[in-house]
Amino acid sequence: MRTARIVMPKTAKKGEIIEIKTLVTHPMETGYRRDDMGKAIPRDIITLLTVQYAGEEVFRMDMFPGVAANPFAAFTTIATETGELVFTWTDEKGEAHVEKATLTVT
Amino acid sequence: MRRSWFGIFFLAASLQAAAAEPLTSAREFLPAELKVLQADDGANPGMLWVERGQKLWSTPDGAQSKSCLECHGEAAASMRGVAARYPAIDAASGRPMNLELRINNCRTANMAATPLKYETDDLLALTAFIANQSRGMPVAVRIDGPAAAHLEAGKTFYFERQGQLNLSCSQCHDDNVGRRLRGDRISSGLPTAYPAYRLDWQKMGSLHRRLRACSLGVRAEQFDFGSQQYLDLELYLAARAAGAEIETPGVRK
Amino acid sequence: MTNSHDHHLDRRSLLQGAVVVIGAAALAPATVVATPESMSAAMSNALGGVTPKPGRIKLDISPLAENGNSVPLTVTVESPMTAADHVKSIYLFSPENPLPDIARFHIGPRAGRAQVKTSIRLATSQRVHAVAMMSDGSAWADSAEVIVTLSACIDAG
Repeated sequence: MRTARIVMPKTAKKGEIIEIKTLVTHPMETGYRRDDMGKAIPRDIITLLTVQYAGEEVFRMDMFPGVAANPFAAFTTIATETGELVFTWTDEKGEAHVEKATLTVT
Repeated sequence: MRRSWFGIFFLAASLQAAAAEPLTSAREFLPAELKVLQADDGANPGMLWVERGQKLWSTPDGAQSKSCLECHGEAAASMRGVAARYPAIDAASGRPMNLELRINNCRTANMAATPLKYETDDLLALTAFIANQSRGMPVAVRIDGPAAAHLEAGKTFYFERQGQLNLSCSQCHDDNVGRRLRGDRISSGLPTAYPAYRLDWQKMGSLHRRLRACSLGVRAEQFDFGSQQYLDLELYLAARAAGAEIETPGVRK
Repeated sequence: MTNSHDHHLDRRSLLQGAVVVIGAAALAPATVVATPESMSAAMSNALGGVTPKPGRIKLDISPLAENGNSVPLTVTVESPMTAADHVKSIYLFSPENPLPDIARFHIGPRAGRAQVKTSIRLATSQRVHAVAMMSDGSAWADSAEVIVTLSACIDAG
């Protein structure tokens, strides 16, 4: 069960630039670590975060093993209209975790 | 008449002055950017576990399909102040219980749910969520009555030299606070930030995990998660931390 | 039948060989360490051969990272972020991590301003590079030297 956390204002004025902070649980296993028996722990990372705002992509981040565990990403976006923001984190296996948040624009 | 009132005021003021200043949190020794990270609820990775705990709080579990919410209501109200007085003596057993034990006790006794293992994301999440409801509040554990014997046991442990390095907790965390140990500054050893997100672990961990790392650090025997030794020590650490504020979820190196 | 001289050489070369094998095995699965050259190659690849100029982009990162597991940073680029003139992508590169690419951000006029934040891993003390690719095809770079006192990759209990 992956946990994602999105911190952003619930409401904003039209044209206002808001900052959105995102966190998601993930070990971001680099593939370079070994376990207690000396066996290499296979690489397992999130490779992509995309954010859709009312259907249009407003942010995309490619992640490599150099991104810290439980990846944090913050970006800005203009509050254009009341709408749903869809956050999708995808890992190398193609598995996706999706979170949604609504922004009310006055 | 006026003179005696003045005398009482003066006495009361001096008694307050005589009360010890709370010990300094390790947060003060964090590099600036990590201190900022801990304070930013949108960036503090520990908040992921607090958020998970919030979801678990209202999720039915166990044979009776009950959730914490059903009995306790909103945690912001019912859990406020709880972490500040833990570990607390369990009335039934007369033994100290930390939050983890209390959560599991509640799950088995009142929800017919299986207890959660230490360091599982679920137990870390619930513990962090509950402790977070006391964030900013001063630690104030009871040390009288049945707690006294456990406090004494914890205190003895704290002052006892241990391990291949033959060091006691006190030698670092009382005598050498603020001095450098390789790249780190020695802290006062407060438990107030736990469960905490430790960069070395790259995830959230419990106080007992941290205590096991301390034991490893002096090459002493690592006791089990939930062991009597660490529970008694936890009580002493909380008593020692009186007045310091709960910080959960803390960010530590 | 070998004389003592041969034996001595055999043992030394065996030990030397063993050290090399152990050293290589310590970094698994295959020894991959970025170099300034491989970083340049990765940068050139990402920017389509465009050479970045200094200016307009600012990489904010602490000069001392006490734990390389999670080093917070902020990248800000001076840009009006209009349809005609905006930042398209921001790249983070490392010359000393196992891989030269750390992260790539893709934004556009919807961002309002060009500022992104994240936390990265640093394997050792190094100069971290941030490059912005603009809508007009130009590229701008900033870098910052970071001393890392505890490498990412050490598990401490």
